[in-house]
Amino acid sequence: MAKVRNFHQARWEEPVIFELSQPGERGILVPEAEKAIEERVGDGVSVLPEKMIRREPPALPEISQMRVLKHYLRLSQATLGADFNVDVGQGTCTMKYSPKVNEEFARSPKSVCIHPLQDEQTVQGALEIIHSLDLFLREISGLDRFSLQPGGGSAAALAMASIIRAFHEQSGEGDQRDEIITTIFSHPSDAAVAAVKGFKVVTIHQNEEGLPDIDQLRKSVSERTAGLIITNPEDTGIFNSQIARFTEIVHSVGGLCGYDQANANGLLGITRASEAGFDMCYFNLHKTFSSPHGCGGPACGALGATEELAAFLPVPVVERDVNGDYYLNYDLPNTIGKIRSFHGVFPAILRAYAWIMSLGAEGLRECARLAVLNNNYVLAKVSQIRGATAPYAEGRHRIEQVRYSWEELYHDTGVTTEDIARRMSDYGFHLWQSHHPFIVPQPFTIEPTESYSRDELDEYVAGLARVAREAYDSPDLVKSAPHRSVVHRINEDWFDEPGKWAVTWRAYLKKHGAPGSGGRQ
Amino acid sequence: MRGKVHPYLPNSVPDVKRSMCETIGISDVDELYEDIPQELRFRGDMNLPDPLPAEPDLRRHVNSILSKNCTCEENISFLGGGCARHYVPAICDEINQRSEFLTAYAGEPYADHGRFQALFEYQSLMAELLDVDVVNVPTYDWAQAAATSLRMAARITGREEVLVSDAVSPDRRWVMENYCTPQLAIVPVAHCSCTGMMDLDDLASKISAKTAAVYFENPSYLGPVETEGDGIAEIAHKAGALSVVGVDPVSLGVIAPPSHYGCDIVCGDIQGLGIHMHFGGGLAGFVGTRDEERFVMEYPSRLFGIARTCVEGEWGFGDVAYSRTSFAQREEGKEFVGTHSALWGITAGVYLALMGPRGMQDLGRTIMQRSQYAMERLSELPGVTAPKFDAPHFKEFVVDFTRTGLTVEEMNKFLLGRGIFGGHDLSRCFPELGQSALYCITEMHSKDEIDVLADALCECISREAK
Repeated sequence: MAKVRNFHQARWEEPVIFELSQPGERGILVPEAEKAIEERVGDGVSVLPEKMIRREPPALPEISQMRVLKHYLRLSQATLGADFNVDVGQGTCTMKYSPKVNEEFARSPKSVCIHPLQDEQTVQGALEIIHSLDLFLREISGLDRFSLQPGGGSAAALAMASIIRAFHEQSGEGDQRDEIITTIFSHPSDAAVAAVKGFKVVTIHQNEEGLPDIDQLRKSVSERTAGLIITNPEDTGIFNSQIARFTEIVHSVGGLCGYDQANANGLLGITRASEAGFDMCYFNLHKTFSSPHGCGGPACGALGATEELAAFLPVPVVERDVNGDYYLNYDLPNTIGKIRSFHGVFPAILRAYAWIMSLGAEGLRECARLAVLNNNYVLAKVSQIRGATAPYAEGRHRIEQVRYSWEELYHDTGVTTEDIARRMSDYGFHLWQSHHPFIVPQPFTIEPTESYSRDELDEYVAGLARVAREAYDSPDLVKSAPHRSVVHRINEDWFDEPGKWAVTWRAYLKKHGAPGSGGRQ
Repeated sequence: MRGKVHPYLPNSVPDVKRSMCETIGISDVDELYEDIPQELRFRGDMNLPDPLPAEPDLRRHVNSILSKNCTCEENISFLGGGCARHYVPAICDEINQRSEFLTAYAGEPYADHGRFQALFEYQSLMAELLDVDVVNVPTYDWAQAAATSLRMAARITGREEVLVSDAVSPDRRWVMENYCTPQLAIVPVAHCSCTGMMDLDDLASKISAKTAAVYFENPSYLGPVETEGDGIAEIAHKAGALSVVGVDPVSLGVIAPPSHYGCDIVCGDIQGLGIHMHFGGGLAGFVGTRDEERFVMEYPSRLFGIARTCVEGEWGFGDVAYSRTSFAQREEGKEFVGTHSALWGITAGVYLALMGPRGMQDLGRTIMQRSQYAMERLSELPGVTAPKFDAPHFKEFVVDFTRTGLTVEEMNKFLLGRGIFGGHDLSRCFPELGQSALYCITEMHSKDEIDVLADALCECISREAK
């Protein structure tokens, strides 16, 4: 059995930044206008009418430079990034290795110091990267054209729903086709963006095998069906082998099909959107294609479409002319307009380009195979942990992740998946409870990706096994966790009561008063 | 690559792979794909370039492509319009490049306490700058923030029409239109051709009991500071609508924040607060409001709150009113939330902590002085009007070259030859402005650089005159 570490997270008891303020201190100075300018135009501010001048400066803290640095370094130490742990417990998030060499590219002045409105001739390098990645993703998906503008998976899903709307409006069926179908184990945003675009959302639930019920789909489609937005495999990690039937059924009533491939990590080079009959798909470059997650963005949801739908993509797209020069093409006749300002998140695009260039076609396929191997290896091990089960598809293999359940453990001990997650942080691990609603009771989702060695996977499973054993032997220890994290059990009442919640420090001071005797001094 | 183990793929070591297969009870990895029907299997080869698995080869290749870019450091850039070159303190990059922040994602507050605290502090620092009590975890960009602000206003008022100034960035407006369609009708409100500010007569003629919100930007895309924000808010409020304002936070050390002139929902972009341009990838949006339940419950975004823990004196953090989000409610939640631009939020927090009240004041003052100097210098040139609009400006202003007989395109081509990126050409999107360009001056432009620009333009114009 692998060793479980006697871990303790950094506990600096770091104050809130406003508590560090010392009037008069400065963190950084700003260049002053030259004397000649000052003499000519004066203080600059007097051109404003009195009512528009801010006389009272904003009540920001005043802190010297090193102290600001130290504060944020301590907060960084109180954050468990993927670079530090065996980050397989945030299933569906694809917490893989983000190669450091790609950070060098993303930090290069040649990348950071370019403005999106520069003359095309001065950004040929950036345009080449965007265009080349479009070509790569066409190969990986089998679709015909990509837009790299969406700033995340949800933005790509929003673009998808927008295209579905625009397509039907163009063919005169915009009013009639007012329903988008998705599944309960597809990402919550797939449903949410459809509602944002004015569609009624029809949700297909799972059958006994944990797959979306195809009979329910058959009953749900009609002349009102605008489209389908679906993940596969869904959060369960079970491949829906009837996926091509799903797209056929939706196509048969005139709907469009969008593939949420935010996480395509187990399928690269194995099976593609085109073979399954999809009109569109999207890949999260911050998941499958290694761009780091950045605490939640900036990111990119690369949106692909068939030739038929390419004219609906957001503009501009990058093209190459006969001289080999790259240019921005705004001339897509049916474009939905824009999804994000300018050209999207270039650093994410650049890192994904470099990651694919490092691996190549065979490397991508090997990446997928290892993600699946690692997942099934962990499945075999977790299945042996008392109290843990992998509902649905018993005895079958999974693709890149598995949604497990602690229901048995909860039944035996009263310890919940939230309790286990908190206790896992005492051992330096993440464990995520999964998306709502909790169809799988007491859920947890593990996605090992290709990045972790067998030993590390063993270490993670040993952590799970340890905590599960604790749940049986000393449940209070788990319920009262964390014990070795940055902080202890948080009083959650503060988050849902309007009289108590404080989204800012000033709101805290108004509602609860200065942190005096009861506070940290 | 053949026969070698790629550094990103540890378990491709043959012995390891074999033993893992044994544990699973298979003889080959391909057996794991049993659920994928044969007809769905991809049989071809992905046509990708030969890989560069050795890091030095990859570096050479990628850097050779990037070297084709000409940067705003190597040249003098006057481009703005929603993205600008401001100074990025060294500590901002030091923090956002930290492995912990760079590679964390969606951990719980116990594993990711620092991420929660840093974003709570970002919200708190922005709240001081904006003088409001609630600010969200960043959206993708200002465009999404503006669209969400309008949708929030529509839900709060139960109305579906929004009046939007026509002096909004065309790029941003495009995003807003898509994001608001089909629920909201966007009705444009004209700007005054003389001052560039909102035409209050046009506003008065369009506002009605159907209006959910009036939206304008301060400064507007064309540069003028809107000085009648209080009047606009009054008109909006009288009609039962909300005042929604997009603002450049860089200006708020010296210019009154929108909450001081009746704004109900404020939004904008934080790229100027310590984040590089990244070809536009440095954008991230904010939304701010009063701390009233009817406002807070309409945010789609994460809102991180502070709390006490079971240990006396200890701070904890977590999600406020999580049940409003699409994570909790899917299509029943408010709009949607996902991966937006959190790392830029942390970075902007670091920036504001460094700048403090006096830094933001000094910054605003320097920018206003230098931009006024630039406007004066350019207005001395024959045939050039700078600024085009009779109003106070902050960092951006329209320069009208129509009377020089040159197009902006010709002018910018000439400037490019001198290592200068001229202002953004407005002639296509704002044809009524003739041959005009949007120039942007920040604290990064020295007097010398402004003089170089003026001299180069002078030369270009006098050549034309000959």
